[in-house]
Amino acid sequence: MDTGDTAWMLTSSALVLLMTPGLALFYGGMVRAKNLLAMLMKNYVAMGVVTVTWILVGYSLAFSGDWKLGDWGILGDLKLFGLGEFNDRQLGTDNAVFGLTIPDAAHMVFQMMFAIITPALIAGAVAERMKFSAWVWFIGIWSIIVYAPLAHWVWGGGFIFSQIKAVDYAGGLVVHINAGAAALALVLVLGPRTGWKQTIIRPNALPLTVLGAGLLWFGWFGFNAGSALAANGAAANAFVTTQVAAAVAAMAWVISEQVVHGRPTTLGFASGAVAGLVAITPAAGFVSPLWAVVIGIAAGVLCFTALRIKVAFNFDDSLDVVAVHLVGGIVGALLLGLFADKAIGGVDGLFFGAPEQFLRQLASVAVAFGYSFVVSYVLARILSRTIGLRVSENEERQGLDITQHHEQAWVLGE
Amino acid sequence: MKLIIAYINPFKLDEVRDALRETGVSGMSAGQIQGFGRQAGHTETYRGAEYEVDFVPKVRIEVLVDDALAPAVISAIETRARTDSIGDGKIAVLAVEDVIRIRTGERGKDAI
Repeated sequence: MDTGDTAWMLTSSALVLLMTPGLALFYGGMVRAKNLLAMLMKNYVAMGVVTVTWILVGYSLAFSGDWKLGDWGILGDLKLFGLGEFNDRQLGTDNAVFGLTIPDAAHMVFQMMFAIITPALIAGAVAERMKFSAWVWFIGIWSIIVYAPLAHWVWGGGFIFSQIKAVDYAGGLVVHINAGAAALALVLVLGPRTGWKQTIIRPNALPLTVLGAGLLWFGWFGFNAGSALAANGAAANAFVTTQVAAAVAAMAWVISEQVVHGRPTTLGFASGAVAGLVAITPAAGFVSPLWAVVIGIAAGVLCFTALRIKVAFNFDDSLDVVAVHLVGGIVGALLLGLFADKAIGGVDGLFFGAPEQFLRQLASVAVAFGYSFVVSYVLARILSRTIGLRVSENEERQGLDITQHHEQAWVLGE
Repeated sequence: MKLIIAYINPFKLDEVRDALRETGVSGMSAGQIQGFGRQAGHTETYRGAEYEVDFVPKVRIEVLVDDALAPAVISAIETRARTDSIGDGKIAVLAVEDVIRIRTGERGKDAI
């Protein structure tokens, strides 16, 4: 065991946890005041629910063993149910699973924070209309039947890693494409907000959104640089590419706004930064800082463009989870297949003489999107038929804060 | 007694308050409001969606005065709130039946 690595991984775990409160504020500022607390709750409750599903079965299904169909690793086993095996080895003294230099417990808790924020990302799509109880059931089940298998395929030795040979440094597939595809599925089942496209729906407090984006940016250093699973040069490179892509994408977004709308917006800067962070996530440890600039430009311009063509589709992805996370995730996962450099992360892309890597990345994107979309859609339909996904129209008009939680965000007077 | 209600630009509030002090008024109230008049609204853009927002932010001030002081107060607001551009606002003057100071129970002019 390496104490430096362990210290960095525990720090990174705390950084990644902070991203969920950051995400809550990022989304919370964008909804109407009557739905602000309900939005914060949809994010925070992911910390409550997924922490438990992860230690019970999620981590084990993702990272313990490899149940195969032919040569294709499909799912982990339940040997680490409740982290029981950890105790047999004296909790946290070595990493038996992957031979890392950090304790099992450090690896488990780092991965837990990813499992928490991924379903929380979906919350932006269902804003202002999804019932709290339905949300809790959805993310609890989803974290086990969608997140854990996908994490296994990519990071737990499963087929995306071993057969398709695609790579994903910190979660372009597992986190962002996964959440974006699930968001799309939920929105299709849920339907648009009452009054959508008829009334003006404006953000209630963009300073919260900007603060949230700042916390996300800060936490993302743990997300990407922590994904080195050690305190080393790979972590430092991922740290640098993360900063570069976020900065460049934020500027690319506001420059696009200046060209199209004549004004750079605060919300645009915050959105662009997040888009850049999303896109660099799969590539952070595989590309050089200069290629991170290109990824940042692509993320800023393409995610901004995705918003503009969204109006052509008739679905109410309220806070643009598809445009930012699905599109941003795909941009990063594919560009890594072009710009990856063996000298940096052990993998070459098309520009470095390995065109097959781009095709592998393309295949992995299709698998991640397809699996997440289909299973999320079926789960949403089942919940819709049984407990119901939406609040009543009357409750929606009153706002989710009062009707779901008996609280108000901003109270006038003393 | 008169209740003078004025709708003015928010950036004129401090100037108007200072002018009112000089006239000798004993108090005033101010609140942030939104409204529309001849002044057009404005455009807001959120993630590429452009909205026409009709309401513009204004400040509404209310001053209770004795009849004798009313012309000076009206003129102070009129001159100090004016920028000669659209959206400078309006002044309304209302007759007041009675005024009561809650602490002492004084009525009429004494309560102003």
